[in-house]
Formats: sequence, C-alpha cells, structure tokens
Amino acid sequence: MATFILASALYLLDMKGKVLICRNYRGDIDMSVIDKFMPLVMDNEDDGLASPIIMHGDIAFIYIKYNNLYLVTTTKKNANVALVFSFLHKLVQIFLEYFKELEEESIRDNFVLIYELLDEVMDFGFPQTTDSKILQEYITVDGHKLEIAPRPPMAVTNAVSWRNDGLKYRKNEVFLDVIESVNLLVSATGSVLRSEIVGAIKMRVYLSGMPELRLGLNDKVLFETTGRGKSKSVDLEDVKFHQCVRLSRFENDRTISFVPPDGEFELMSYRLNTHVKPLIWVESVIERHAHSRVEYMIKAKSQFKRRSTANNVEIVIPVPLDADSPKFKTTVGSCKYAPEQSAVIWTIKSFPGGKEYMMRAHFSLPSVENEDQEGRPPISIKFEIPYFTVSGIQVRYLKIIEKSGYQALPWVRYITQNGDYQLRTS
Amino acid sequence: MTDSKYFTTTKKGEIFELKAELNSDKKEKKKEAVKKVIASMTVGKDVSALFPDVVNCMQTDNLELKKLVYLYLMNYAKSQPDMAIMAVNTFVKDCEDSNPLIRALAVRTMGCIRVDKITEYLCEPLRKCLKDEDPYVRKTAAVCVAKLHDINAQLVVANAVAAISEIMDASPNAASVLEMNSGTINKLLTALNECTEWGQVFILDSISNYTPKDEREAQSICERVTPRLAHANAAVVLSAVKVVMKLMEMLDTGGDYVTSLVKKLAPPLVTLLSAEPEIQYVALRNINLIVQKRSEILKNEMKVFFVKYNDPIYVKLEKLDIMIRLTSQSNIAQVLAELKEYATEVDVDFVRKSVRAIGRCAIKVEPAAERCVSTLLDLIQTKVNYVVQEAIVVIKDIFRKYPNKYESIIATLMLSDENTQVQLQLLTAIVKLFLKRPTDTQELVQQVLSLSTQDSDNPDLRDRGYIYWRLLSTDPAAAKEVVLAEKPLISEETDLIEPTLLDELICHISSLASVYHKPPNAFVEGRGGLRKVLPPKSEQAEGLVEELGAQEPTAAPPQPTVIPGADSLIGDLLDMDMGSGPSMMQQQMYPAQPAAPTPAGGSGGMDIFGEGLDNLLGGGSTGGDMLGGLGDIFGMPQTQSYVPPQEVWLPASKGKGLEITGTFARKNNQINMELTFTNKAMQPMSGFAVQFNKNSFGLMPAQVAIKNNIDVFYMSTHVPLHVLFMEDGEMDKKIFLATWKDIPSPNEVQYTINNVPHNADTVSSKLRNNNVFTIAKRNVEGQDMLYQSLKLTNGIWILAELKIQPSNPSFVLSLKARAVDVYEAVKQVYENILHN
Repeated sequence: MATFILASALYLLDMKGKVLICRNYRGDIDMSVIDKFMPLVMDNEDDGLASPIIMHGDIAFIYIKYNNLYLVTTTKKNANVALVFSFLHKLVQIFLEYFKELEEESIRDNFVLIYELLDEVMDFGFPQTTDSKILQEYITVDGHKLEIAPRPPMAVTNAVSWRNDGLKYRKNEVFLDVIESVNLLVSATGSVLRSEIVGAIKMRVYLSGMPELRLGLNDKVLFETTGRGKSKSVDLEDVKFHQCVRLSRFENDRTISFVPPDGEFELMSYRLNTHVKPLIWVESVIERHAHSRVEYMIKAKSQFKRRSTANNVEIVIPVPLDADSPKFKTTVGSCKYAPEQSAVIWTIKSFPGGKEYMMRAHFSLPSVENEDQEGRPPISIKFEIPYFTVSGIQVRYLKIIEKSGYQALPWVRYITQNGDYQLRTS
Repeated sequence: MTDSKYFTTTKKGEIFELKAELNSDKKEKKKEAVKKVIASMTVGKDVSALFPDVVNCMQTDNLELKKLVYLYLMNYAKSQPDMAIMAVNTFVKDCEDSNPLIRALAVRTMGCIRVDKITEYLCEPLRKCLKDEDPYVRKTAAVCVAKLHDINAQLVVANAVAAISEIMDASPNAASVLEMNSGTINKLLTALNECTEWGQVFILDSISNYTPKDEREAQSICERVTPRLAHANAAVVLSAVKVVMKLMEMLDTGGDYVTSLVKKLAPPLVTLLSAEPEIQYVALRNINLIVQKRSEILKNEMKVFFVKYNDPIYVKLEKLDIMIRLTSQSNIAQVLAELKEYATEVDVDFVRKSVRAIGRCAIKVEPAAERCVSTLLDLIQTKVNYVVQEAIVVIKDIFRKYPNKYESIIATLMLSDENTQVQLQLLTAIVKLFLKRPTDTQELVQQVLSLSTQDSDNPDLRDRGYIYWRLLSTDPAAAKEVVLAEKPLISEETDLIEPTLLDELICHISSLASVYHKPPNAFVEGRGGLRKVLPPKSEQAEGLVEELGAQEPTAAPPQPTVIPGADSLIGDLLDMDMGSGPSMMQQQMYPAQPAAPTPAGGSGGMDIFGEGLDNLLGGGSTGGDMLGGLGDIFGMPQTQSYVPPQEVWLPASKGKGLEITGTFARKNNQINMELTFTNKAMQPMSGFAVQFNKNSFGLMPAQVAIKNNIDVFYMSTHVPLHVLFMEDGEMDKKIFLATWKDIPSPNEVQYTINNVPHNADTVSSKLRNNNVFTIAKRNVEGQDMLYQSLKLTNGIWILAELKIQPSNPSFVLSLKARAVDVYEAVKQVYENILHN
C-alpha cells in the first residue's frame, strides 16, 4: 500500500535552497539530502529537463515553487504524486489564510505556528485535516494558555468535517456568485483553436445551525430527464464539487445537495466548450522594419449583445524587448508602454457590445539587432462583463432548510470574465 | 510581534545563556528561551547540549510551550536516547490528560521518537488512546499504530489488528491494513462519502488493489466510484480514474456500460489540464498511459493538448507527446499547423521536439506524408541551424519509411560546400558494397581505400579510410557488424510502452511510477512488493491471461506458453523469405529446408583478408517430420549430447510482451537452435518470422531478428562452440601424432578443470557424444592420459590431451591447434560437458 505514503519529510526553502523550516515525518531519509536539491534543480534546468519531480538515486524530490519559496517533499516510496501536489498547493492556501502572504519573511515571523501547522496537517506522511477554517479553531496565531484550553473541534473527525456545530447569525443570508472565465486560443491566422468556459459558483454563507441546502440550475441533463428538454438549458461537460456536495446524489438524479461550510468557499466548478463568437476579438497588423521601427495597428471588436458592457478591458500587446520611443494614437481608452512586460497595455474602461475601436502604436528599434532570438508572445485580453454568462447558466432556486425553520435570503450575481485569453501574432 | 527576533541572537556564549534562561523561574522567559532554541535548531545549529534543560520544561500547562518541547524532542531524542527516557513519564501522563488535544499530541509525538526504549513504553498508552472516547485521539492513535509497526513490526501486529477493527469506522487509514474482501470493500465504499478528500484518496487507492470476484462486482464498484470523478481535488479524481481503468479490464469491452464509462472518463481528464501546472504534468504523464491503453477515451480531445505560450516547458513537452499519439487522418491538418507554429518558438528543446513530431506524423499518417515533407521544407528555409538539423534527421526517416517517393527533394537539401560529406558517404557506400558482394568489388574497394588514405588532403576522410582498411584486414566479421549494422525499422508509433509494463503502470495511475513510466520496483528501495497486474478479462479469455491476474509475487510463476495456432506458425515458418543476399543468411529454425551445404573454407574473393567469410551455419538435410520438429522447438529435447540450459535471450520488457528463451544443440549432424516463445502480453501474437544475421567465424554472438505482428526484435545469442564440433572429427592416430608434433609448442596451452566427478571412461564417452573423439588412451605412472581430437565446422582441427589422476578430481587439459583463439571456447565446452 505504499502509494498512500505521501512524504518522508517536508521542507520550505528559500530561492537559494537554504532550509527555512523542515519537518521530518517518517525518519527514513537522511534530512541532509536536501542539500542535493538545488544543484539538481539547476542541472535539470540547464539540460532543458525542468520537471516538478526530481529523482536522485532512490529518493524523489517532489516540489512546487511559490513566490520566492520552494515547498519540497522527499520520498523513497512509490508515492501518490497527484496527492503530494494537491497537498502542497493546499498547504500554500492554508499559510495564505493564516499569514495573508507567504514568503521568506512571513515564514520566519511565524515559525512556531508553522511547526504547529505542519504537525497537524500531516502525520507520519499521511495528510490529515487541511481545512484552514477548522484548523483555525484550535491552532491560533496568538499562542494558547491552557486556562482557555482549545479542544479539537468535532468537525475534525465528523462526517461533516467542514462545518462546526452551533453557529449563530442574526440575519441568515447566502450570496452566490456565478463567475464564468473564458479560455480562448486563436491562431496567428485568426482561426479559433480552442474556446472553453470554466465556470465557478462561489458562495458566502452566513447561516445558523446545520442547514441543508439544495441548488437548482438549468442543467440540460436534468431538464431532459424530467421532460423539460425544450426549456433553455446548458450542457455542462464536466462538473467538480466542493467536498460538501453529495456526489452520489448528483450522479443519481443531478440534485446538488449539501451542508455548506461557514463563510466563503467555492461550491462547484464546471467546464464546457463554447461555439459562440469570442466576446472580444482583436485583429492586429504588425509591420516590422528591421533596425529602424515597428508599427502596430490593432482593431478591437466586442461581439456580445449591445445591452451588455465589458468593463476594465485591458489589451496587452507584446513588443520587442529592445523597442523604444513609444507613440500611440487611439480613439478610445488610454495606452501605456510597460517595458517590464515588454508590452503595450491598451485600457478601455467601458466597452459596450457591438462596437469596434482602433489603436495605432509606433516604436523605434535600435540599429544593432538583438542577438538572442525572441519568442512571439500572444496578445492577451482582460475584461469583465457583469450580469451576463456566456453559457446561459441560471440559478433557478436555492432551497435552505434548517431544523429551527428560519427564513434565509439567497442573493445571486453573474459575471463573465477573461480566463486564459490568448491570440497569437504572426 | 513576530517570531523573527528569535533568529537574531548569534553571539558567543549563546548556549550558556540559553541554559540559564531555560532554568528560569519565570514562565514567560522559559518560553522565550525554548523558542530561541527551536529557532537555532531551525537554522541548523546543534542545540542538543540543552537536552536536559529543554526536557525539564516539558511539564507545563502551556500548550504552546509543550508543543515546542515536543518538537525539540522529536529532533534530538535519537542522539540522546538515554536522556530521552526522562521524557517518558510526562508522555504517559499527557496521554491521560483531560484535553484530547494533549492526549493526541502526546501519542503522536511518542510515535515519532524512534528510540527503542521509548517504543516499549508506547504500547500501553497507545492501546488506551485507540479506545479513547474522543475520535480525534483515536484518529491520531490509528496512524501511530502504523508508526509503531514501522519501528517494530512484531510488537504490533497482534495487538494492533484487533484494535484497528474497532476503530475502523473512525479512521479510513487503518482499513487498508486489513485484507480486502467484498465486505470490507463495501464498507470502504460507504465510508467514501463521509471522509476528507485525503481519506477518499486512501480509500480509492486501497480499492484499486482489490480484484473483484466477477464482472458484476466490478461493475457495481465502478458505479459507486464514478461519482468521485466530480470531486474538486485532482488527486481524488486521478485515483478514481485508476480504479475505473483497472476494473474496466474485467468488463465486456463491447458492452454499453464500458461505452458509458469511456464517455465519463474524458471530461474529468480534460479538466485536470486547467489545474496547477505540476498537477497538469502528473495528469499528462498519466494520460499518456491511458491513451496507449484505450485511445478511444480522448480521441476527440486533440485541441485541449494544444500548447499555450505560458505553459511551463515540462507541460509543453508532454502535451506534444500526447498530440502525436492522438494524431489521425481526421485531425492531421490542425496538428501540422500547430507543430509548424511551435517550430518557430524560441525554446530549443521544444522546437526540436516539434520538428521531430512533424516527422512522426508523416510516418504515422501516410496520406499526410507529403504535407509533412513540405512543412519540413518550409522550416528548412528558416535557416535556424537546430531546426534545419532536426528537419534533415526526420526527413531521413521519412525516406526510409517511403522509399523512392520523396527523394526528389534531396536537391533542396544539398548544400554546395559539402563535398567532403559526399566523399565520406561514397567511401562508406563502397565499403558496404564490398562487404555484400566481395567477389566483384575487391578491386574497387582497394582503389578507394588507397585514394582516401594516400591522396586525400582531408583528415576526416583519411581517418575513415584507415579505419575501414584496418577493420577489413584484421577482422572482417567485426567490419560487417560495424558497417552493415542493421538499422532499426521505422515504426509508426515510437516510444510505445511494452504492454505488460503498460498494464502494470495503469495499476499505478497517479503515483510516481506512472510519472516515471517505470515499474515501482525499479526505483522503490529494496522491497519486492507485489507486482500489480490488471485483472483478467471476463471468462472467455481467461485461459490466456489467468496468470496475469493472479495476485502472486512474480518470483517464479509458471509462465503460460501462448503459441498462436500451430497451423499458422508452421505456415509462417515455411513462408519465410529465403531470397536475400549471401551476407544475410536466412535460415529456418527447424525443420530445415534442404539446402546445399556451403563448403567449408574460403569461397574466394576474401583472400586478401586471410579469413573466410564463409557460412558456418550451413543447413543440413532435414530430419524428422514437421510436427515432430515443431515439438522439438518448443520442448526440451532429450539428447545425449550436452545442451546448455535455456537462457533468456529476449526479455518480455524488450519484446513488447514476447519473451524468448533458447539454447543451441547439435542434433542429426547439424546445429539446432532451440527457442521457447512465451507470450506475456495481453494480445495474441502472430506472423512470426526469424532471420539470422550471421557473423563469420565463431557465430558469437550471433544476431537473431524475430518478427511478429507487433514489431521486430533483435537479440544476440551466444553459440556454444560444441555445436560446431563435426561428426567426422576423429583423426587417424598417425596423423594425430604427426600433427601434435608439427604444431609448435608455443601453441600448446594448459588448463585445469576442477571438480570433475567422473572417471576416464565416463569422460571419454561423454565427450564422444559431443563429437570429441578419444583416439588413444595411455596409463603413465598411475595417470590416465586421453588423446582426443575434434573438428570445427570450418575445418579447424583441435587436438587435446587430458590428464586424469585417479584420486584427484582436477583434470589437466592441454590443447594444441593452429588457431589459438578458439582455446578459451574449447576449454569452456570441456568444462560444461564434464560438469554436466
């Protein structure tokens, strides 16, 4: 059953590979093996073999990088790597929720607390409770005195491990945010290679007691099985739920039923392919005159209904590293050269549907050509369209039942935004 | 207030100061001191000298301080085992504390202290904690059982198993220790709904180790596991995929249920590609396995593997691999456009791989070959040197795959200043020609060699000329091996994982093995462990794969010999292509077709090199009827002559599931190669053909190529010399005497053969069976002297004198022959026969 074992030890390293803090969970690997880690990372990068898993003899280093830190685990077993990576990312999340930011300083500032957390989230290489809300119940930032002795909350071992008993709110409210991110990849010739929506339903729950919630969506599969095939519905290709949702229930009759955690969390995410026109389309004409100048002509079009408006649109156009003396001309919005990104950022605060705007940019190029070959980064776009979902998903109802019988108000908001939205340039 | 201040004290005498602070009466000061100690420990300073002082702080009602002291203990107890005992009492006391948090902390920490003496004391508190009223303590205690087991297996097993079953409901981790049966599986599946995401991964991984008893059970487990595919945690999803992939093996492939499963698997796999890059990487490595096993799952999802500009390089490279696996005629246009785009990026490794990928597309999708070639030509125009290099390399493969089709583009590839290259190629070509047709090209080769070595100004050309000359004059056999080395066949799918390994890796989805694409025993320390295998398909195929489904260690299971229908095999053997040049001597294994034995000795043309490139493996007349012969191939024949035990010549891991063992024997005046084919793959094999790449003298090692419906495999074999001993190797006594005298004494070599359990007569008759003939026997001063002769197939005579002392099991062997280089091999044969 070796695949259960996650890690022999866990290290937090700085960029140079110096150990900031470490925890030995199983004692089967010499802790000093970590000295080999940084040289191996460097070697692999030099050889073009960069990988988040490095084998060193019979030891595997499995690591992620966050800000200026490495989170590294070691193992000698055939560990479940998907589990290791999920765990490491979860750990980052926990630290963030505890310390707001995670970098060298915050680790030094909180090392006692980190030791405590490391002791609690994993035991003998098995991950334990990693829900930071629950952890915060008994591991707190300001040390404990035994007089007000904290006790492990019931949730740690309950079937409902994500919610504590006995919560009380004067006003019982639930906020639902339906957020759709559009991932788009367009080839240099202007054909759409990939277009998908990744949606998420995020909740903020302020409810007393142990409420039982049921969420109704215009889910195509549900509509078809219940004979409402003609109503407007969406075909969710893949749905992922927070652990509070009863998965077998969903599998059986597509009912989304759950006891929610308290506060903010992501209830579900879904993915579907779209065949609609890209919401914001950009055409670019780039004229390069080697050794002298480069000119850009950018045309942006909004391809959604007139009654919607995209806010805070940012079109990021990459320019050569050695470009200088920027000049811009545009009818709408403002342009800014961001040399640190080697890009022009064209910002349009408000971009109504069915419009088309133009922008021209001019850069000088040095007469001596840069020797290194440059990549051709794509144009990327950021935007937000409130009160609108591309998929047409709708929350039909949110039923809240608690044994005390209180009335609670659900609020719903919709927003569509860019995801990984890239248009390649030629 | 932050903790970073604790790191700042670096002055001298620090330890001494800390000691004083640790023994302070003030609680706050004590705590500060312990924090400083831990800070020093964190930055790697040795603070073990403070052990007794820190342990003294352990008895405190301050939880934070207690935790810090525990942390210190875990780190240093091992270096101070005797002092660690001081802590035991506090541990035992803490295990009975009224606060469950402290009880758990104590039992958890005790388990982490790997000191024998402490372990002894751990049992009793642990037993109590396993039955604790608080589930948090029980959960911690359950893991502690595993820790204890790791430290001292004997101590635990008996006590723990009983305790574990009690706490099974509370802790899923413990369940895995127990043996699996339908009942426990059912419990686990129920527990799935109620435990944390990590617990779900443990449970799914345990379930993946279970082989259901029949198809119905497999389906019902699948039904209960598939909802997990909708879990937000990627590890849960991948573990669920693993269970489903494994159980699908047991289900009726054409059935509706499998079709629906296949449909259900694709979306979650695609969604994993929106996760963090490291998880994407694990997912991609696993998808690589999954598409090799069941290509239908993702055949319509090509676009999700298109590379994005900001993907990390390790994700880009993996995506590229999968794109090629999924390439088909229907999506080739899109794929080519993408690959061309990638080939103009800046990352050299990625660009190279993209160009190679275009070549692989050309080979895989024949109708698209022309477009691929023109794409490559476009890329060559970019003149970026690594793009051009890579493009030319793949075009060469395309030429070999589709001969006489695209050669017209060579003109485009030619560059004006490559005269030397052409000369070098010319030289190689002529040497090759000579090795294939020695008779009519001897003059030519001599001319070219002298031109290149004497008249050329180019050092490379001269060097190569000399190398060929020397090779040809000293060892033509080696020359052939070098110059005419067989090129591997251009196969459509490269890097395919061998089927048995693939099946094993499918059982390890989501683990390190699935990322390395190596079986766990290749990298996991020392333990053999169980080799995981896919469960057998439902009944109809059971006969063939029974062995594969058995949950046994692989130490020495009897391997089923799966031979594709005997008729077809005979057909294939007889159908074999016999018409090839003299250098590629093709021979049937057995029964041999009547073929004119090639006369031993030089056949002309090769004389300048002294050694004849003659055929040693001359086929003799056929013996026995065909079916009998077939029996001989696959069975171990009983013969009087010595047959070395079969060796593995082609391991299944290299043969894509085909394992070949074999040996050589001499029967009916001819050499027989005895082969046993074992099918360890999950699919029938057919279309077998054999080809021998004979080397000239000695046949060692002989190269054999085996072809079947899956691929062509090469193996090299060691032919023991004795199979070359001729039946007419009995020399006339007088000639023997004359020859013995005639061969100069420097040519005589003596060997000692130890531990021979036979007397002179037995030895004589044993050797006789192997065509070593005793010509005379003398008794000199109590010693038996045997005079023997043998003749090799190429006409070389070897004379031997064997000295046997009655009470001494060590024999002395003296050999005399004109060709001294065979001595070692002859002596080896004597050893083998005499020890057999």
